[in-house]
Amino acid sequence: MPMLSFLIRRLLQTIPTVLAVVLLVFVLFSVVPGSIASTMSDDVDPQVELRLKQQLGLNDPVYVRFGKYIARLATGDFGTSFRTREPVTSMIAKRAWPTLQLIFTSMAFAVLVGVPLGFIAALRPGGFVDSAAMFVAVSGLSIAKFWLGLVLMYLFALKLGWLPSFGYGDGSLKYLLLPAVTLGVSPMALLARTTRAAVLEIMTADFVRTARSKGMSETRVVKWHVMRNALVIILTTMGLQFGALMGQAVVVEKLFSWPGIGSLLVDSVLQRDIPAVQGSILIVVLAFLAINLLIDVLYGVIDPRIRYA
Amino acid sequence: MFRMLAIVAGLGLALAGSAEAQTPRKGGTIRMTAPYGSSFTSLDIHTTQRAQDEIYAKALHRSLYIWNSAEGKPVLELAKEDVVSGGGLVHTFKLRDDAYFHNGRKMTADDIIWSFNRIMDGTKAYPGARYVRIIEGAAAVEKGQAKEISGLKKIDDFTLEMKLTEKVDPGFYFFTALTSIYPADEGAKESFIQHPIGLGPFKFVEHVPGSRIVLERWDRFYKPGKPYADKLIVSIMGEAAARDVAFRNKEIDTSVLGPAQYVAYQADPNLKGTLVEVAEVFTRYMGMNPAFKPFADKRVRQAINYAIDTDLIINKLVKGKAYRATSWLPLTSPAYDKAMKSYPYDPARAKQLLTEAGYPSGFEFEWTTSQNESWGLPIVSAVIPMLDKVGIKVKVKQVETAVLAEVVRTGDYQAFIYSQQSGPDPLAALKCFHSSTPQPACNYMNFKNADFDKILDEAGQTDDAAKRNQLLQKANALLYEEAPVWFFNYNKAVMAVQPWLHGVQKNPTELTHQNAEELWVDETSPAK
Repeated sequence: MPMLSFLIRRLLQTIPTVLAVVLLVFVLFSVVPGSIASTMSDDVDPQVELRLKQQLGLNDPVYVRFGKYIARLATGDFGTSFRTREPVTSMIAKRAWPTLQLIFTSMAFAVLVGVPLGFIAALRPGGFVDSAAMFVAVSGLSIAKFWLGLVLMYLFALKLGWLPSFGYGDGSLKYLLLPAVTLGVSPMALLARTTRAAVLEIMTADFVRTARSKGMSETRVVKWHVMRNALVIILTTMGLQFGALMGQAVVVEKLFSWPGIGSLLVDSVLQRDIPAVQGSILIVVLAFLAINLLIDVLYGVIDPRIRYA
Repeated sequence: MFRMLAIVAGLGLALAGSAEAQTPRKGGTIRMTAPYGSSFTSLDIHTTQRAQDEIYAKALHRSLYIWNSAEGKPVLELAKEDVVSGGGLVHTFKLRDDAYFHNGRKMTADDIIWSFNRIMDGTKAYPGARYVRIIEGAAAVEKGQAKEISGLKKIDDFTLEMKLTEKVDPGFYFFTALTSIYPADEGAKESFIQHPIGLGPFKFVEHVPGSRIVLERWDRFYKPGKPYADKLIVSIMGEAAARDVAFRNKEIDTSVLGPAQYVAYQADPNLKGTLVEVAEVFTRYMGMNPAFKPFADKRVRQAINYAIDTDLIINKLVKGKAYRATSWLPLTSPAYDKAMKSYPYDPARAKQLLTEAGYPSGFEFEWTTSQNESWGLPIVSAVIPMLDKVGIKVKVKQVETAVLAEVVRTGDYQAFIYSQQSGPDPLAALKCFHSSTPQPACNYMNFKNADFDKILDEAGQTDDAAKRNQLLQKANALLYEEAPVWFFNYNKAVMAVQPWLHGVQKNPTELTHQNAEELWVDETSPAK
């Protein structure tokens, strides 16, 4: 029961957050100059522009447009794209799977490499492995994604010929690897650093000392006490990184011609396709909130001391 | 004797080999790229005016006319003959009777009438309306005053009469994909937008939004033996650096190059031979607002043209990826005057003109610009010290490209830098400077000159092509003299093309817009 009431409370808390985002995006795009008509061509016909603005309701006052938008949104209708003239929900649906593929593969890479790296580094602090791991971590955090992506393309596609340099292909792993690694390097580095710091702190905690003094083997100490306690911090970092990944995916998707929500968002912003921008941002926000909610729930599973009351 | 025979036989073999190398090969896959963004706008080509979308549309659809790069003009495509009567206003088209839509149905005059009526639906604001409006009665449909365009009349299934409102070459109005002919029945269905049906050499297979469009050969295409390739893939690749890697890795067959890559490819002996260049019909310029007092004086506008070392900017900043502009009409325009010379770099003359105009100490103006590397902030930054040398100070106002387009049309500027279409029809291009053309249409500098209007009106009335060209050249020269803009350059479009791709056309209207049925790949192509 406490879990259920926690979930309901958290879900209710998301409503003002979502409404604030919706309002912010709407207001921003209402004041930003330029319109879909001005992005169509360098010499768009004035009569067509006038009719287009009428058809899309762009001549209505902002409050009327906002009212209509909220009314539609309440029924789950994200509106119709100004550019493609198809429902925004259908556009997002087509792009959602590639984005999910990219983000989850990136996160899997980050966790599978970053967490063990952080653990190994923390178990031998100050040693060669620690220094090397932290060099990788700091580099991973500092490298620009665009540059890293190009280097990976150059190396693995052009020089070694192992992977395709761009595109979605059939959506298989060989097309996914380069963009996912490019996107996953930064959270990998952060996870390595966070894991190292968390493990180092837990290793000196009273309960770890007590476990050792009771004669528990070092492997059991690490497995039962250190890892479980570090997981809460790792999970928090992962949750926050999911949000960051969604933002950073914009650059990676564009570079690798990956057909996700990020590249849809970029094009929609540049072409002032307001319904598509609003819909894409809303989906990203909802996904971010959902992942954080899931992580909150997982806290309780990992550490029973955490109560939901 | 034996030696002579051997030489003749050798020559024969060599010639045969060379002839074989030039014979288009059937089959294979063509892999083109769409470089202008991260997606295609729509599969309904009537709704989109972006150059990006016409890349695939050229393969999927057909219009009444088509651009012929070899002849440098639009030619009949869906019609075999055009008989002109009624003082040049009535065109009777004898349509092809062998054009089949991708669903197997034969095209008739009804499809053309239906398509043009659709484009004029005022509630939908299709951009192609600007072209179809030239047909009598089309504007009434757009305004909702009529249901059908009165100027279109079906004589029989394969004969169509079209009455125009002005004596113009309809080829320039009906060659782009914006006026593509749709099948009347299927085009009205909701499913059409997901699975378009056209008359082009390739039919639709798949669209992965944000990634690619895949098309395959349409076997009932009306040009015998064409298209050559089995498949055509257009991949969306907005990032120039990524395209560069993919091109070098032989994953794509074409790649549009920017100035930096142009230099790199020219310097690389393996890539130099892959370059295809054409002067596109786009003029880059700085527009000056005559409502801003100093720019109302012709001498000030001329002074600016003299004060800027345009060649230096083209060579150093644009890396030679542009042709120096002499006046408005570009090199590939049929009315381009080769004898015309551009304004020389002469700061002393500029200073003298400014003094004569009453600005011996110069003045200050605000220059609105985007960040575009070829006609934006980098160019403005290079020009500032040159103008400063003659006493003109510049205050830069940087805006996004979408905003710049609006600024230009509303006239809310003192000066702006832009790239504007200046062809392929020289008459239409120069009409942008006619006093009757409203500023938001394309008369962005609000240019008004009675002499210019007179010359242009005369050019529009004459039936003599040579005389018309002469008059257009005269109008173009008058623009040079009046200098409503700083004539910067004409875009040099550069595309790298893999050695196994043949039949690429130097299309000045947009190099990426290729008539796909002419393209073919030889057996060295790595694509399956």
